[in-house]
Amino acid sequence: MKNLKFILAGVLFGIILSKAEVISWYRIYEMFKFQSFHMYGVIGSAVVTGMVLFYFFRKGTIKTMDGKQIEIEPKKKGYRNIIGGILFGLGWALAGACPGPMFILLGRGAISFAIVIIGALFGAFLYHAVKSKIPH
Amino acid sequence: MDFILSPWPWYVAGPLITFVVFLLFFFGKKFGVSSNLENICALGGAGKLVDFFKFDWKKNTWNLLFVVGLVIGGFISGQWLTPDVAIVLDNPQTVTDLSELGFQNIGAQYLPEEIFGTETMFSLKGFLILLIAGIFVGFGSRYAGGCTSGHAIVGLSNLELPSLVSVIGFFIGGILTTWIILPLIF
Repeated sequence: MKNLKFILAGVLFGIILSKAEVISWYRIYEMFKFQSFHMYGVIGSAVVTGMVLFYFFRKGTIKTMDGKQIEIEPKKKGYRNIIGGILFGLGWALAGACPGPMFILLGRGAISFAIVIIGALFGAFLYHAVKSKIPH
Repeated sequence: MDFILSPWPWYVAGPLITFVVFLLFFFGKKFGVSSNLENICALGGAGKLVDFFKFDWKKNTWNLLFVVGLVIGGFISGQWLTPDVAIVLDNPQTVTDLSELGFQNIGAQYLPEEIFGTETMFSLKGFLILLIAGIFVGFGSRYAGGCTSGHAIVGLSNLELPSLVSVIGFFIGGILTTWIILPLIF
């Protein structure tokens, strides 16, 4: 039962992204066309409120439910960020969905996303198969 | 009830996303969806082919359950919380641009039939578009070390330079697809 909370967090996240239409291909298209503020508003307000949250995480004001200091893994740094980022963006704009929305859309009954998810799994697999041969 | 059923504005969605981030860190975990792609590969036995996937995916069960929640959340919202599936596009230029690419019934549903319709997904071109889009998302997110959740939300909130660089990359790629590749394939 202690794992139920993670399912509930996922349900909540799925509902939020669904209700804010963030999972719509059109919202991603108009974002990359700079034709609407909506997606910038969603990501921007999440980041601004997130900055406050992470400030309190780092300061130790907010702790985990077990009373431990919240640990934030530092991100991996290098050419990987820009190259991987561009490859991700190419796919994001085509599918109109990043990894979270893919699963939310599948849950909504968009079966075409089963193909996108299979592709994404294969992509992650492929990365680890070739990572020693590509620049990081 | 009216508020629940109508589309939520950005200033409601953004802080609520942060609330979910808070929950996961409060539970002693982290927020990142794309690492689940690796978890699912490992669960599926990819360790037999690539050593990386020999890690113990069971320690990430919590994150896989988050994904299960996403699917359930999508189902709940699709069934009961979005009676109107039309996307109201704020800018008429979006409709004009998509019409020029040959799209029809623009904004009638969350997803355009031209890419996600059943007939399209069973055509060779349609199938390949969906598969290749997925491959780029999966490959790119693991190469960059995160996706929209890990880099754009968590990384930027935590003022991390690698995340800013990654998000700039996301936008370079997204702009290339939207402005150049989409007009070539449609």
